[in-house]
Amino acid sequence: MNPFTPDDWWPLFLHFLAMSMLAVGGALATTPEIHRYLVDQRGWLDDAQFSASIALAQAAPGPNLLFVPVLGHAIAGMPGAFVALAGMLIPSTTLALTAARWGRTRRETRGVRAFVAGMAPVTIGLLFAAGTVLAVPLAGQTMAWVLVAATVGLSIKTKIAPVWMIALGAVAGAMGWV
Amino acid sequence: MSSPGSPVELFIAFTSLALQGFGGVLPVAQRELVDKRAWLTREEFAETLSVGQVLPGPNVVNMALMIGDRYFGWRGALAALAGILLAPLAIVLVLATVYARIAAHPMALGAIRGMGAVAAGLIFAMAIKLAPTLKKNPLPLASCAAAVLATWVLVGALRMPMAWLVLGLGGAMVVFALFWLDRR
Repeated sequence: MNPFTPDDWWPLFLHFLAMSMLAVGGALATTPEIHRYLVDQRGWLDDAQFSASIALAQAAPGPNLLFVPVLGHAIAGMPGAFVALAGMLIPSTTLALTAARWGRTRRETRGVRAFVAGMAPVTIGLLFAAGTVLAVPLAGQTMAWVLVAATVGLSIKTKIAPVWMIALGAVAGAMGWV
Repeated sequence: MSSPGSPVELFIAFTSLALQGFGGVLPVAQRELVDKRAWLTREEFAETLSVGQVLPGPNVVNMALMIGDRYFGWRGALAALAGILLAPLAIVLVLATVYARIAAHPMALGAIRGMGAVAAGLIFAMAIKLAPTLKKNPLPLASCAAAVLATWVLVGALRMPMAWLVLGLGGAMVVFALFWLDRR
C-alpha cells in the first residue's frame, strides 16, 4: 500500500481518461485493467478496498460505471471521486456526441459490423477476467466461493434484483460466515 | 410515437430510469423509453444501442447522450447525461462515505467481504448470460470461444495490460471479421 500524494492527481486522472477510450465493451470490462493499475502497480488500494468499491456501486441504482467515482472516493475522498468520474466521462462523451450523427448513417457499413462482431468475444472474455480479479483474493475461503457460486446461480435462474443478493452477502459477511 | 417536450422532461425520464436500474440500466431503459414513453421504436432502441457499443465508453451513457442529442442537440445530451448520472451518483457517494466511516469495524469488514464475493458472482453471471449471444455472431463459434478464453486467461490470470489485449487480440478479431464478412 502506498499513500496517495498530491503528485498523484494527474496520473489518476490520466488513467481514467485512458480507460474511457478503452471501454469498448462497457465500463465493467475495464475493471481488470483498473485493478492492475490501482492495486498492483500503484498500491493506492488493496484487494479488499477494490472489491468493496465494486460491490458498493453494484448495490446502488444507476449505471455500472458508478464504480469509478466510488474507487476515486476510496483513494482520495470526494475530490478523487470527481476526478475519476471526469476522466472516465470526458473522452467517451465527446466522442459519442461527435460520432453519433456519423454512426446513424453508417451503422450498417462493413467496418462497423466487423468491429461489433470482432469485439464481442473480447468483451465477454474481459467480463470473465473481471469476475476472476474479484474472486482470486477469496482463494481458500470456502464459504466465499459458495457465495460466488450461489450468486451466479440465482442471477441466471431467477430475476431477483442484485441489490438483494448484495444485502444477503453483506449479512452473511457481517455474521462472520464468509 | 411521441417525443419529449423539453430537456427537463428528458432529465426527469433519465433520472427515473437510472434510479430503477439495479445492476445495469439497459433493461429498464428499454421498458421506459420504448414501451412506456414511446420515444423510440424497438428497432431504433437496438440501433442506438449498437452504435453506442461501437463507441468506447459506458454504453448506457453513450445511449443517453445520443437520444438527448437527437431531440435538443447538446442541451438534450447534457440533460440526459445529467439525468442518468446525478441522482445515482449522489446515492453511491453517500454509501461510500458511510462505508469509509465504518470500514474499520470487524462486522463492516466481514460485510464488505461478503458483498465482494456477491459482486464477483454478479459479474460472472453477466458474462455467462452474454455468452450465448455469440451464437448469433457472424464469425465461426470456435473462433469466438477461443477469443473469449484467450482474453480471460491473458487478462484474468496473466494480468496483461488491457490496451495490448484490445489493440492486439481485439484488432486481430476485427480484421478477421472484415475478411470473413467479405468472404460471404
